[in-house]
Amino acid sequence: MSAETLSAPPSTTTAAGLAAEVDGLSFRYKERAALDGVRFSVGKGEIFGLLGPNGSGKTTLFRILSTLIPPQQGTARIFGKDVKAETEAVRREIGVVFQAPSLDKKLTAAENLRHQGHLYGLGGAELSKRIGEMLSRVGMRDRANDLTEKMSGGQRRRVELAKGLLHRPKLMLLDEPSTGLDPGARRDLMTYLKELSERDGVTSLLTTHLMEEAEQCSRLAVMREGKLVALDTPEALKATIGGHVVTIKMKDPQGAAVRLGARLQIKPQVVDETIRVEHPDGHRFVAQVVEAFPGEIDSISVSKPTLEDVFVHLTGHRFWEAKDEGAEPAKKKH
Amino acid sequence: MVLAVYTLTHRELVRFFRQRNRVIGALGQPIIFWLLFGAGLRGSFNRDLAGGTSYMEFFVPGVVAMILLFTAIFSTISIIEDRREGFLQSVLVAPVSRASLVLGKLIGGMCLAVIQGVIFMLLAVVAQGLEMDPLKAASLFGAMCLISFSLTGLGFLIAWRCESTQGFHAIMSVFLFPMWLLSGAFFPVTAETPTWLAWVVTLNPMTYGVALLRHALYLGSGRLDGVNGPSAGLALGISAAFALAMFVCAQAVSARRVQGDLQ
Repeated sequence: MSAETLSAPPSTTTAAGLAAEVDGLSFRYKERAALDGVRFSVGKGEIFGLLGPNGSGKTTLFRILSTLIPPQQGTARIFGKDVKAETEAVRREIGVVFQAPSLDKKLTAAENLRHQGHLYGLGGAELSKRIGEMLSRVGMRDRANDLTEKMSGGQRRRVELAKGLLHRPKLMLLDEPSTGLDPGARRDLMTYLKELSERDGVTSLLTTHLMEEAEQCSRLAVMREGKLVALDTPEALKATIGGHVVTIKMKDPQGAAVRLGARLQIKPQVVDETIRVEHPDGHRFVAQVVEAFPGEIDSISVSKPTLEDVFVHLTGHRFWEAKDEGAEPAKKKH
Repeated sequence: MVLAVYTLTHRELVRFFRQRNRVIGALGQPIIFWLLFGAGLRGSFNRDLAGGTSYMEFFVPGVVAMILLFTAIFSTISIIEDRREGFLQSVLVAPVSRASLVLGKLIGGMCLAVIQGVIFMLLAVVAQGLEMDPLKAASLFGAMCLISFSLTGLGFLIAWRCESTQGFHAIMSVFLFPMWLLSGAFFPVTAETPTWLAWVVTLNPMTYGVALLRHALYLGSGRLDGVNGPSAGLALGISAAFALAMFVCAQAVSARRVQGDLQ
């Protein structure tokens, strides 16, 4: 995928209608580059995912967009406003849901929201009304007067979401929003973000390392080691791999891959001791492999491409293994 | 801005009173100090050096200072907790200025300290039969506010960069006791005090806070005339300057990012 396609704005919107745009964004923690010349834009109403393993720079990007840290190089704009020069204006436009909980545990859900409202200049009857509304929307109205320390992780997450939405931001920024949620609650969250987008035109930008969550996004930016390696809809990303992905386990995978390549005119990859082949017709190919190397194959499987395959295809690395060589220092655990 | 400061202050108070053991600890220790030291040192105290007061009475402003010092400074532990528990990050991305954030904390810490200072003062007035009138009460109250505001500022400066509450406790135990002991709270500085010690006392901003409390307590009585120590005007001037300096520094330090924010 070329740099040109990466930077192309979403087809549905014009440049004036962008919720977020970053250009030439770079950030270094001491000697390590966490972001390296990242460029993309997010259209209004999108549910935009930043997919990458730990250390890929997505959290740094999130922090820049949420105004927690200013960019060192390049620009980031939210609805056309520069995060560095117009920080306060940007802060009014965004609702932020952090990965680490930001609720005060000694306060009730309603009190947490009340303080949040005050920080955004809301008050009085209007604020009370909104608190009730938001808690209802996330299904926590009946728990309004409970201390948040007495809630489960999933319930706190919902209050957290209500907190982020309270001032009716046009852009929601969510850092690993499904952390600590069970699969059901994860689905609810994505459904809710879609509802927000359809009903109120709220744009969501979320970071994730979960493929199933990434599948739900309208567009995905795939990141690795501070660089954007792909940007498209989940379907289009998967379509870049034609047909099927065949994974083969054999003894001496490196040597076997060379023999396989020569014999069947293909280009196998060896990832994590496993031979991996992208093939337009996986089933027929499996038969060929089994016939060509009788008795040598420990296991062989064929599957439709997943986003994880896209990641391997783009980087030559397994998604989960990439985290160990991430761009950020190891202590910065996300 | 007013709303933001109000809400941050309010939260600070609610948090404090929901942790009941903190309330007991903050007030209990100084009272025990007052009773034990007051009783134990009564006999060896020279009344003439302190305007003819008993040691129990001399020690009253000192204990108030101790309450203010400990409550105000330890209230800033909430900064470390807020950072660790994540609450702080949501304040940092809210459209509020750093000055509001600092003022919210400082006024919050000040309220906590003054509430407890007042409780002790009432106790002392009843127990010691101290003379009290509205003017004295008002100036004592004002002095307590000023002192605890600046002390919370001092705590803020240190807490902002601390990554753990243990670290904060360690720094504070080195800082707090000497600051309190060498402020004229525990013993009066006289001609017999060694020069180096007298210097430390002179340079300690807390000295002027304690003196301010003492002047407020004996306002208009003339009982402190001829007693060694800063004059009322000097005490007020330096305390006010200290408060302003702490606020400015706290605001400057809060503009910096801390390693903890990037984890």
